[in-house]
Amino acid sequence: MSANAVSQAAAPLEPPVPTKKPVKTTGLHIGEAGPGCAKVDPILVVDNVRRTFGGLTAVDVAHVEVPRGAITALIGPNGAGKTTLFNLLTGFDKPDSGKWTFDGRSLAGVPAYKVARMGQIRTFQLTKALGLLTVMDNMLLGAKGQTGENMFRALMPFLWRNQEEENRAKALDLLTRFKLDTKKNDYAASLSGGQRKLLEMARALMSDPTLVMLDEPMAGVNPALTQSLLDHILNLKSQGMTVLFVEHDMHMVRHIADWVIVMAEGKVVAEGDPHEVMQNPAVIDAYLGQHHDEDIGIDPDAETEHVSAIKELLDDER
Amino acid sequence: MDWGAIFSNAAVELISPTTAAYALAALGLAVHFGYTGLLNFGQAGFMALGAYGYAISILTFGFPVWGAFLVGVGASVIFALILGIPTLRLRADYLAIVTIAAAEIVRLLFTTNTYASVTGSANGLSGYKNEFAALNPLADGTYGFGPFTNNAYDTWLRIVAWSIVILAALLVWQIMRSPWGRVIKGIREDEDAVRALGKNVYAYKMQSLIFGGVLGTIAGMIFALPRAVVPSNYQTTLTFFIYAILLLGGAATVLGPIIGSMIFWVLLSFFSGFVARAVEAGWLPFMTSIQGGQLRFILVGVAIMLIVIFRPQGIFGNKKELAFVR
Repeated sequence: MSANAVSQAAAPLEPPVPTKKPVKTTGLHIGEAGPGCAKVDPILVVDNVRRTFGGLTAVDVAHVEVPRGAITALIGPNGAGKTTLFNLLTGFDKPDSGKWTFDGRSLAGVPAYKVARMGQIRTFQLTKALGLLTVMDNMLLGAKGQTGENMFRALMPFLWRNQEEENRAKALDLLTRFKLDTKKNDYAASLSGGQRKLLEMARALMSDPTLVMLDEPMAGVNPALTQSLLDHILNLKSQGMTVLFVEHDMHMVRHIADWVIVMAEGKVVAEGDPHEVMQNPAVIDAYLGQHHDEDIGIDPDAETEHVSAIKELLDDER
Repeated sequence: MDWGAIFSNAAVELISPTTAAYALAALGLAVHFGYTGLLNFGQAGFMALGAYGYAISILTFGFPVWGAFLVGVGASVIFALILGIPTLRLRADYLAIVTIAAAEIVRLLFTTNTYASVTGSANGLSGYKNEFAALNPLADGTYGFGPFTNNAYDTWLRIVAWSIVILAALLVWQIMRSPWGRVIKGIREDEDAVRALGKNVYAYKMQSLIFGGVLGTIAGMIFALPRAVVPSNYQTTLTFFIYAILLLGGAATVLGPIIGSMIFWVLLSFFSGFVARAVEAGWLPFMTSIQGGQLRFILVGVAIMLIVIFRPQGIFGNKKELAFVR
């Protein structure tokens, strides 16, 4: 799989936006940047969403707003509830209580497929390419409002043939941008892990979404392909889409995110500009534990090692 | 040993109405299992509803053929809804458990003595063929050639049965290459991914369950026309034979179930003729003729195992698909 990905990344990249210095969107919030602060133009507003699994409270978000037209990163240590929140917001899981709106419309209790039709499209942490469908069929499945997807109209090809051709042209265009056009007739199962991530993202774009939610887009992707994936995410913004993504790679978060929301133990503990939020004591606490700088007498070396590692990360400005 | 009789008896099965019925039921199962990934183990139940729906409508209510046909189809749509509403939201294996149980419930309901006046209980129903025979445009006499020579009723039945199979095959072929079929195949691969793309997966699975079930129901009617309706014909073994045919031909194919059914029945007939005569001729001295009757299923089982081992994608399946089986 990696051989494929390397040869693909080795091809000259021609990103439409500058690769090195992404244009950051600023002035997104009103007042002090902090957990649950108001945004100038929020696309997604979450209120008191709570989800428990038995005795464990996985998500307990009092209030959070996602700014429109920007790239927002959702970060947090493992088990912070990021993916659970994603599942709740997209209708794949039901919260115990709470409400949230997308573009002013309430999404509480709306099933996942209707959420997607409203223009809020997600991808998955474990890529869900439809293996035994061709890459082209994967793409065509993403298109919205297809006449031929009605069981009875499906039997009359003249009703949907033109629409199918339009979708096919659009899919081919997207595949070319994602450098998958040569693979269009292959089974999606034959793609490498990184190519599947690209395919999943391209497929999500077939429906012209307004909000793209990416769950760990970089997980398991070969570093050579990372840059091209980053460029694609930046392109989404330049095309007017809003991006919300979960990520563990802090370099990537700092590189492309305009806004960062930090979760820990199910709660939003900090929000802000990617550079500032990393200095926030709440964030350092979330990642390292509250007593990380106190000498508790057990292996102080290991403790300092962690602290210096995160400091290095914090200092590593581009 | 009369090889001629063995081969000609086997050849009869090639176009027999029973072969057509199994082909159609397998085609319905291809829609369920091969294309949508629904584990329906209750195809025998759908067939029983078709057979009983048709026979009871004619015998008890005196419906015309088309009315009886619609009653059977309607019963299977309701059956599919009853099965699907609680289970299609759950994981695939729950549907398997529910369908296998529901098909048995249907069979036992038709067997119970309480409704004997309508269902005929364990003896089943017969005497419902006149209405269908009355529609026969063919004059009396024999038609066909060689082993395929039949009287007017049997020829008429074969023409109708195979016309329905061909129509159904064209229907499945067309619908599976449409965007609807694409969604259905996507659901087989990963229903959450399809849901995330804005498709109402539950509705599609229900449509598929009803569509495949109706094909099974029509198969049940064809199955009933050359014989009597007997509840013991609709045991779970019937479903497993249909699965064997489906895997033999290729699960996600249109021609697979049809050719698979032909091969299955020709092989079954050939082995049964061969074993019976071999026992008679004293080639198998350790075996009685009753034991010989069971041996054919063993031989068919071995033949199917060999095909599945050496051609696991089935006869018409795409070898490439198996390179990526998870």
